[in-house]
Amino acid sequence: MAQTTSLSKKQIQIIERLSNAMAISGDEGEVRKIILDETSPYTSSHKIDSLGNLLIEIKGKGRNRVKVMLAAHMDEVGFMISTDEGDGIYRFETSGGIDLRQLPGKAVMVGKDHFPGVIGARPIHLTSAKERKETIPLSSLRIDLGPGMKSIKPGDGATFGTRFQQIGQSMMGKALDDRLGVGILIDLIKDPPPNIDLQFAFTVQEETGLRGARVAAFSFDPDLAFVIDSTPANDLPTWDGEENHNYNCRLGEGPAIYRADGASFSDPRLVRLTEETAIKEKIPYQFRQPGGGGTDAGSIHTQRSGIPSISISIPGRYAHTAAGLARISDYLNTLKLLKATLKSIPANILEQERK
Amino acid sequence: MNDIFPFLKNLTSASGLSGYETHVAEIIKEKWFPLVDEIQVSQVGSLHGVKRGKSDKPQLSILIATHMDAIGLMVTNIDDGFLSFTSIGGVDPRVLPGQPVYVHASGKKSKDHKPLPGRVVQPSNFLLPPEMTSAVVPIERLIIDTGLTSKQVIELVQVGDLVSFAQEPLALSGETIAAHSLDNRAAVAALTICLEELQTMIHRWDVWAVATVQEEIGLVGAYTSTFQIRPSLAIVVDTTWAKGPGSDDWNTFPMGQGPTFLFGPNIHPKLHGTFKDLAEKLEIPFKIEITGRHSGTDAFATQVVAEGIPTMAICIPIRYMHTPVEVATIKDIQRTGRLLAQFISQLDDDYMKSIELE
Repeated sequence: MAQTTSLSKKQIQIIERLSNAMAISGDEGEVRKIILDETSPYTSSHKIDSLGNLLIEIKGKGRNRVKVMLAAHMDEVGFMISTDEGDGIYRFETSGGIDLRQLPGKAVMVGKDHFPGVIGARPIHLTSAKERKETIPLSSLRIDLGPGMKSIKPGDGATFGTRFQQIGQSMMGKALDDRLGVGILIDLIKDPPPNIDLQFAFTVQEETGLRGARVAAFSFDPDLAFVIDSTPANDLPTWDGEENHNYNCRLGEGPAIYRADGASFSDPRLVRLTEETAIKEKIPYQFRQPGGGGTDAGSIHTQRSGIPSISISIPGRYAHTAAGLARISDYLNTLKLLKATLKSIPANILEQERK
Repeated sequence: MNDIFPFLKNLTSASGLSGYETHVAEIIKEKWFPLVDEIQVSQVGSLHGVKRGKSDKPQLSILIATHMDAIGLMVTNIDDGFLSFTSIGGVDPRVLPGQPVYVHASGKKSKDHKPLPGRVVQPSNFLLPPEMTSAVVPIERLIIDTGLTSKQVIELVQVGDLVSFAQEPLALSGETIAAHSLDNRAAVAALTICLEELQTMIHRWDVWAVATVQEEIGLVGAYTSTFQIRPSLAIVVDTTWAKGPGSDDWNTFPMGQGPTFLFGPNIHPKLHGTFKDLAEKLEIPFKIEITGRHSGTDAFATQVVAEGIPTMAICIPIRYMHTPVEVATIKDIQRTGRLLAQFISQLDDDYMKSIELE
């Protein structure tokens, strides 16, 4: 059912670069640099605010232009070095929501130079059957960079040492949440719809409480906002073979439009516009199941006197682990739907009934 | 001495699960071919390279056994494109979620059994039994996602297909390497260094360099190769637990301070003594590792083949054994290789007499 064409080699290269980069919350400079590299030929100016948000405005043509903010977060979950124990062994804290069960036995990279390291585990031979049923606590985990390491210090960032791969119609890599959203915004900057004023916010600190988007929305003072993120696709078989009613969204079924999550309700006018556009343009789409979780819309929609907002996500399996998985068709259809929706925003959208 | 690092990287990039060692065996064969006089593959797949000695007396021979098989996983079920699996060898399920793997697909549409990249994944808490939402998820509930569609998977993958770890080797600082299967490819590398050193040394005994199969599941190669070759002596090289995060027990050994010399019922005490004396003479550091019962190595097998073979075992300390990110230092591998070569070169026609038990 998906209208699959394919990503250009250049688009894949950008997503690969973004996925392999390291940008834990509060230290997003590496991703910011990639975005600037890619977008500066297409923009006249940009601003980096005091938290590190990268703000780019592209003005449209014509009268009565609506000001639309587009947000995607640059940061990813990861780790911060907390103690140097000597001989290349380091204690660390987690940054953002990470399930500790994902950490033992993994490759990581540490610091600005991406030094390779590992999080090991006690050899199975030395464990008891009882011990193997217990989650290894963070206090027992270490990052091992090898005994020669001297230059890594407490406060340095770290993340999974995963390298991006394209596998058939899928993309596998770390931090697809939300580098896919960042990629979509870069693609939009290169080919912006001309009818509206676009305000691009590449935000910081989404993973630690939607903090960058809050101040970016204040600065931009938009009429409305679209937040592009990646939401979990839990479309796997259930343990008891029953039908999966908690899939959240599914890979390959198009962009996931939010109506409600744990942090905000999408503005019904924007939901209607997006859905009608998808139907009209024959772009596959799905509604994300209402539930917990949140995107930057959670802090944008209550900024100033209120900013009507909507979240649209690229479905992604295994977020916040060493490697996520997303479909190329979903990326393309998200980009297509967003472009088409932005093009069809009526100047009087906020005068419409909210029903 | 050639730099062993690139070869060790090749070895630890290769698959070669217990019972299916062909891939790694080919890499070893290519490396050993110019270093030995003759090379054969045994009935069960072990690799035998022989370098002939200079003695004119009835030929004495030494066998050096390094197992080349690795632990891994095997597909048990396919459901909607997702693979269930079990383990081959000892795998702690706690290191599996998020782990990169290769599925060695054998289905009709799989050309040349090209490995499919995939990941072990832990299903979302919503899809697990309630008691597992914050507990360790057992291996039966973990799955492998290849990123392919259900239809593609069914055409490519079959129940029983092997799954090997795909973590790439990493060069850590201080001349250490992190990789899967350093147990026991680090020992294969040490034996290779020994063969390289022997190129410029004189030795009277025949040297049988052996890469054994199926150590992890029953020492299959060690029993059979030792019987076929029937050496005068057997030296087993394996890995042991290094001290480090998660393992500071009494039975762990510092990494980078030399190999361990095993001592216990699997080990011939006089042969052990020769190694100790020689290492002291050469100023090669070592530790004594006491194994009161089964040594957990091929030595358990080589000792009881035929009428019995005097056996010694040397182990290279590695961290995080049986995880896909085992860590070893190059220095300990080099020391072990050099020591083996020195031992071989000093073997004379009377050595067997000198270690007879009173």
